[in-house]
Amino acid sequence: MRRMSNLRRTVSAGVLCLFVIVLMGASDEDARFSQLGHKLMCVCSCNQVLLECNHVGCPYSDRMRGELAASMERGDSDDLVLQSFVQKYGPTVLIAPTTKGFNRLAWIMPYLALVLGLTTVVLIVRAWKMRPLAMPAGGIAPISGAELDHFREQARKDTEV
Amino acid sequence: MAQIGSFALLLALALSAYSFLAGLLALAFPRPGSERLGETARRAGIATFALVFLAALVLVICAFSDDFSIAYIFHHSNRDLPIPYKFAVLWSGQEGSLLFWSLLLGAYGLVLRLRHKTDVRLFAHASVIIAAVQIFFLLLLNFAAHPFAIMQGALPADGNGLNPLLQYPEMVIHPPMLYLGYVGFTVPFAFALGALIMKYPGEKWIHITRRWTMVTWGFLTCGVFLGAHWAYSVLGWGGYWGWDPVENASFMPWLTGTAFLHSVMMQEKRGMLKTWNMWLIFTTFGLSIFGTFLTRSGVVSSVHAFAQSSIGTWFVVFLIVIFAVCLVFYILNRSELRSEHKLESLVSRESSFLFNNLLFVIACFTVLWGTLFPILSEWVQNHKITVGPPFFNRVMIPLALLILLLTAVGPLLAWRKTSLASLKRNFLWPSLGALATGVVLVALGFRPWKDISYLYSLVTIMLSVLVALTVISEFVRGGRVIAQKTGQGLFASMVHLTHRNTRRYGGYIVHFGVIVIMIGFAGAAFNQDKEQEMGFGDKMAIGPYTLVCQSYTQEDKPNYGSEWAIINVFKGDKQITTLYPERRFYKASQQTSTMPSVHSTMKEDLYLVYEGQNNDTGRPIIKAHLNPLVTWIWVGVWIMIMGTIVALIPNAVPVRVTAPARVQVAPVSVGD
Repeated sequence: MRRMSNLRRTVSAGVLCLFVIVLMGASDEDARFSQLGHKLMCVCSCNQVLLECNHVGCPYSDRMRGELAASMERGDSDDLVLQSFVQKYGPTVLIAPTTKGFNRLAWIMPYLALVLGLTTVVLIVRAWKMRPLAMPAGGIAPISGAELDHFREQARKDTEV
Repeated sequence: MAQIGSFALLLALALSAYSFLAGLLALAFPRPGSERLGETARRAGIATFALVFLAALVLVICAFSDDFSIAYIFHHSNRDLPIPYKFAVLWSGQEGSLLFWSLLLGAYGLVLRLRHKTDVRLFAHASVIIAAVQIFFLLLLNFAAHPFAIMQGALPADGNGLNPLLQYPEMVIHPPMLYLGYVGFTVPFAFALGALIMKYPGEKWIHITRRWTMVTWGFLTCGVFLGAHWAYSVLGWGGYWGWDPVENASFMPWLTGTAFLHSVMMQEKRGMLKTWNMWLIFTTFGLSIFGTFLTRSGVVSSVHAFAQSSIGTWFVVFLIVIFAVCLVFYILNRSELRSEHKLESLVSRESSFLFNNLLFVIACFTVLWGTLFPILSEWVQNHKITVGPPFFNRVMIPLALLILLLTAVGPLLAWRKTSLASLKRNFLWPSLGALATGVVLVALGFRPWKDISYLYSLVTIMLSVLVALTVISEFVRGGRVIAQKTGQGLFASMVHLTHRNTRRYGGYIVHFGVIVIMIGFAGAAFNQDKEQEMGFGDKMAIGPYTLVCQSYTQEDKPNYGSEWAIINVFKGDKQITTLYPERRFYKASQQTSTMPSVHSTMKEDLYLVYEGQNNDTGRPIIKAHLNPLVTWIWVGVWIMIMGTIVALIPNAVPVRVTAPARVQVAPVSVGD
């Protein structure tokens, strides 16, 4: 009896594991479908992500979703799936520039601008910091009334609540 | 009626040309009688507004009277169009929206010309520059995009109707707000260029335009977010911002305008960044014109774009002229823009403004780069590519986080130099609060290591808490000083404090609004959606909600026919609401439009879209989106608007203290 019970438990565990694996597989496929579908544009000129196109009677989105599912069922790799869409619908079907060739520039430029900008600002700040104040040759010159007013105004600006 | 409108536009062009030329002569060749000539130029500018107003009024009357002999009315209206949308006809098409641009420019010009006694000479320069911009728009209206063009052939019985996407209440106010923002930047631009031309000493032009710029920026902020809300409520894809070229066009001047609002303080306080500020406002105005060009030229495809037309060339020429004029006067008069002070420390308010400006300008460049890259790609590779949301999200989120960090740090730094002790004192508790928030969120189940979007979301919330705590500490510290001095309660003291320096504390309220919006954006990392065919009694579960289809039906109205479903929403066993997602078919334009139905709470939005019907079963297909924290965005916008209004209120006269020996020095005395 005990052996039977163990066997039943093992079989149950096996079935459960198989079920989980199958479900996990389904979930992975769904996730992959969603991931790839969010890398593609609908080409009906709605300017929307393929999986978010919600036009009734859209002549493209349903067909494209079907093609995506069919490619995945064939076992095509992600690259192959995307390539087949590019060949059929042109490069605008990809939602973002690739990281190859000239398109790489699209990704590099903002970061390059940030690095260059930061460097420039740091250099400017350092240059401004190092800039010597103009001092008269004979030491500190007497300050005129107008200059004193100017300094008072500046102090007020600097310290106002 | 069309003749009246056409004549008004032609006369407006002649008067604006006179205003420009007479004003220019009076300023360039001063001699006896020049003042009177200048005065006639000013009055011609005022009359230009009256005539453009007349033309706009005629167009609206034609829309209301269904005058389909005018091509514009035929293409953008129909007999059954509801009355509020007949007003919207004015800005819903190419020609009408240009007329609206011209009208708002005339209105801004009118206010400026009526207030000319503030500084007659500077206002005269600004008036001439505004007249030049007005000439451009009136040339377009008279010769390239005439709103009163007459229909050829037999008179049609009805019009094509307004674009269904525009038949939504917010579209009655979103474009005017956006245009008030776009057009409004002409005023600070005109003053800046005027000041440069006349080598105007000091910062007076900045003082004069400070409120203009803030009001304009406030309108643009409203316009941008109303557009986002409209997209969320009408387009039916569950999002509010898709990095569409036209959205980007409105965002770019907002970014540089925001940079200007910050950097202008450096010029006022320290006489620094004069050249930078000048170019920043030139760029902001240029981007406003560029945005108008993007929407109208057809160079980029967009859901918002007007029909492709030849007027793009006009805009390109105008942009080149603007740039050339600005450059010439800058080269001639750049000696007047020398900085009055040097930077004393890297850890100072000045350097925080420099970095703040850098980040805003880089953000603007990135948006511009992404928007125009498809065109660049076509030139270089002979084919267009798409630059969509993944690109913008990946490059813009880190920039936004850096800006958020500076929002926390900047206001607590003193002008000139900040000591390390002061930094430690000011930042210790806010930083600990932000870290504690992060720890609590991870303990509650936030898993930032699982996905980069979760990490961004966590960092956004932590930085938002940091900003909130620094803002609160600023109010509390300042309030305590006043409370000690006056004996008022802390809250009353904080109100008093705000009233004493509305610009600074209004600015903090705006910052608070920004972080509320950022928290709303952070919620997008956890969006969920589900699509299902739903017959009578069918259920769909999403998040904590169970949706049950009670019924679905069709309806016929004069302007449109519609299909809609009645969906009961349950949370647990309790029904909390009923939603009515709908799809409309507009008869005149033969176009469909979705009307999503949304149940909003501070925690999340349940957003239902009627996707269509299954042709075989006749049952509706419903798409449900669960979007966390979206309401925070709209609340944040209200806070930003409130902060802007506070910043516009004049300061209360500071209390005069006659016994300096007894005065306690305020620890918040670092200026704004």
